[in-house]
Amino acid sequence: MLNASLKELSAALAQKKISSAELTKLFLDRTSKLNGALNAFITVDAEKSLAQARAADGRIAKDDAEPLTGVPVAHKDIFVAKGWRTTCGSKMLSNFVSPYDAHVIGRFNDAGAVILGKTNMDEFAMGSSSETSFYGPVRNPWNPDCVPGGSSGGSAAAVAARMTPAATGTDTGGSIRQPAALSGLSGLKPTYGLVSRYGMIAFASSLDQGGPMAKSAQDLALLLNVMAGFDPNDSTSVERAREDYVRDLEKPLAGLRIGVPKEHFGEGLAADVGKEVEAAFKELEKLGAKRVPISLPNSGLSVPAYYVIAPAEASSNLSRFDGVRYGHRAKEYRDLADMYRRTRAEGFGAEVRRRILIGTYVLSHGYYDAYYIKAQKIRRLIANDFIEAFKRCDLVVGPTSPTVAFKIGAKAADPVQMYLNDIYTIPANLAGLPAMSIPCGFGKGKLPVGLHIVGNYFSEARMLNAAHQYQKATDWHQRAPAGIQP
Amino acid sequence: MNWEIVIGLETHAQLSTASKMFSGGSTAFGAPPNTQANAVDIALPGVLPVANKGAIERAIRFGLAVGGEKVINRRSVFARKNYFYPDLPKGYQISQYELPIVKGGEIRILTKNGEKAIRLTRAHLEEDAGKSLHEAFQDMSGIDLNRAGVPLLEIVSEPDMRSAEEAVAYAKALHFLIVEEIEICDGNMQEGSFRCDANVSVRRPGAPLGTRAEIKNLNSFRFLERAIEFEVKRQIEILEDGGKIVQETRLYDPDRDETRSMRTKEEAHDYRYFPDPDLPPLTIAEELIEKIKKSMPESLRAQRDKIVELGLSIQQANQLTGSRSTSTFALPLLADASPKERPILANWILGPLSAKLNEENLSFDQSKVSSDQLKALSKHVSDGMVSNTAATAVILFAMWNGEGSADEIIEKRGLKQISDASAIEKIVDQVLAANAKQVEDYRAGKEKAFNSLVGQVMKATQGKANPAQVNEILKRKLTG
Repeated sequence: MLNASLKELSAALAQKKISSAELTKLFLDRTSKLNGALNAFITVDAEKSLAQARAADGRIAKDDAEPLTGVPVAHKDIFVAKGWRTTCGSKMLSNFVSPYDAHVIGRFNDAGAVILGKTNMDEFAMGSSSETSFYGPVRNPWNPDCVPGGSSGGSAAAVAARMTPAATGTDTGGSIRQPAALSGLSGLKPTYGLVSRYGMIAFASSLDQGGPMAKSAQDLALLLNVMAGFDPNDSTSVERAREDYVRDLEKPLAGLRIGVPKEHFGEGLAADVGKEVEAAFKELEKLGAKRVPISLPNSGLSVPAYYVIAPAEASSNLSRFDGVRYGHRAKEYRDLADMYRRTRAEGFGAEVRRRILIGTYVLSHGYYDAYYIKAQKIRRLIANDFIEAFKRCDLVVGPTSPTVAFKIGAKAADPVQMYLNDIYTIPANLAGLPAMSIPCGFGKGKLPVGLHIVGNYFSEARMLNAAHQYQKATDWHQRAPAGIQP
Repeated sequence: MNWEIVIGLETHAQLSTASKMFSGGSTAFGAPPNTQANAVDIALPGVLPVANKGAIERAIRFGLAVGGEKVINRRSVFARKNYFYPDLPKGYQISQYELPIVKGGEIRILTKNGEKAIRLTRAHLEEDAGKSLHEAFQDMSGIDLNRAGVPLLEIVSEPDMRSAEEAVAYAKALHFLIVEEIEICDGNMQEGSFRCDANVSVRRPGAPLGTRAEIKNLNSFRFLERAIEFEVKRQIEILEDGGKIVQETRLYDPDRDETRSMRTKEEAHDYRYFPDPDLPPLTIAEELIEKIKKSMPESLRAQRDKIVELGLSIQQANQLTGSRSTSTFALPLLADASPKERPILANWILGPLSAKLNEENLSFDQSKVSSDQLKALSKHVSDGMVSNTAATAVILFAMWNGEGSADEIIEKRGLKQISDASAIEKIVDQVLAANAKQVEDYRAGKEKAFNSLVGQVMKATQGKANPAQVNEILKRKLTG
């Protein structure tokens, strides 16, 4: 059961081979056994989860089940859930219990899924290692001395360690895909606007996108069927007909054109990662795909542009955490300005403070044009690069991350090195394109390597099809970390 | 040498929508603190704004009224204005900055030198902040977020006004336009639905613009006038003493009738405006503009002209179209009435009915006497069933008090006029027979005696005889 696909779990529940309560208990037990070592969850509430599981069993008994009814799913602690403490990895929200559900949580609840718990993450999703969490770093199940990637590192570790069958994440510059790569699982960042951001605590509004994290592309398709959909409460949500992301999974790949961006294979890419990605290309070719060399000439500008736009938006988005209405407030202060200063200095960690300062700076009078406007122009150039590329190929494929998982603390002191982790993933956020990472082998230290797949707008079904066919031909996605093998 | 006064106004008008600018929260005034603030209004983590279509439509209506289609930007952008204050829940206000929804237009005012056009720079949509209450709590401040998110249209004029009087005329004309003409704002100044900031400077005629001071939050026409007058005097005194005006924001204190410095330019915030990434650019389709154009109410000026065409005086027509609700009530009623009934109806509307509405603080659409009831009553007066006096003095009020229809009241109170000529003649004959002296006096040329005879007839009929008929019959009998 711990290793089963969502399809298998769904079938087992439907055939009453196991009840949702039993299944939930199984994963809760595993979570309580492993969380001390991995720190993947910030909040677990067995009673709440089991109540949901029993309700799901009621639905199954009444033959009112949907594919995910009764299936436990863990949620990144960035999604607010009614009655659940929602911290966003920060001291600022350590006492915040949400009075409402995020749109995504509401969709899972309607589908009858069980909230297994809230997963650890970089504070306010700012990080690529899950080390900036106020609740301590998350450890990589493949090697507990290593990071699981971030910011959705808790979700990644939880799925990798089989503490949950699936999880949600959010991705602003790679926060689903990079941890998926570093933790050996599949993760999808949908097209911007496909999944509602309502109730997803904002980091950088124009880049943030929620998505699923699971073992396989097939699981991702089932999860996306629940998560995607128009939400009138999110003005950036896209109104379009619903899609079944499972429908194209079995299509053959013959004739698929795979664009290989030369910029993603240059300096900075570790040899072990490059080797596994090359092997994946060969595998895809065996399945009928063709390689097309392409160029994304402006992708070198993506990291600097991102580190202007994301902090700019964040500096404004995080202004609401001021100690006035909810969340942390300093115990002692002289006056209003002092209350703000102390509350925010105490409530936010170093990385969050750094980004608020950068963002405040780039939006300041006299700097706005030089930084923010210029970054927006670069953003358009990067999107244009992809538009050009998709005239010649169906998918853009390459490495997700330049290296395999690194040691905890190795890059913590050097923000720029940390930021470069996301060099291959950031362009998709800037362009608003869907992108995913799937496991494609193991590199140095027997740590997982991720294959990055970027599709054109709303081509999730096509991407999942390619990933699923690849996963039918390989078994990287079925490997589980040694030592905690179920 | 003379000083020229230069004034521009920024007006915040609350748009009359039921829900807030970016949330479904209620905009009702006067509720207990923080009961009208939902998750979006208090800026819980994760909430997002959705622009209110009703507010957008009202802004378009405004654009059409002040400049037509050409002043409406088909693409405008919501921007964040960032600053920290406890009554600003998000730490930023959503407003419009570089691209407002309305650009240009004008408001016409009447000055002592005739009509003058005050140009508008722009009008943009934004949300209001909450309220900080400093007085009620010891060593603490209270925050009421009921107002947070209320939709505002900020209307910015060019510095085209040259006196406090002109500024007030502009503010009043703007108020009339948005409250009565296009009905996008309730205009209640005590509740803060219409408030002005005045930019005031002085200069020698022909010189470039002087340094200005901005006086914030003037919520009555009188305060606007007094604040500008004080400020102008203050600036001229400084300049004539050889001093310099500092660019600053000032507050008007009505108790001391003076303006005080709030913050100087150096202390001004850097608001770090940038386009709100939670809201796509606001695009306005031509069809929407067409739809709104068609739904615009007829201008009150046009309705006034119609009332004049119906045979009423200019003065009455002006009064009848002095507010949208009066005009909406009066015009169809008058248009439907016979020429004889119109003045009767107009007098009722402007006289007893207005008085009753005022007394009970109601508007015409809440009148307790319906226009159908008025119509029936005016018919009875014109065809002689009741006297105008009885209708005006008794029946109208009885109807107001819910005593029933005109017919029922006439019946119940026995107010039916005697219009039967033979019945009146009989009474006239009796009166003439009993008052030989007065008959003689009249025939001897004493006109006064006639009135006394009329009075006798009315007395004999308890006032119910049709006075016109009484006059006519008496005259005929006396001269016959």
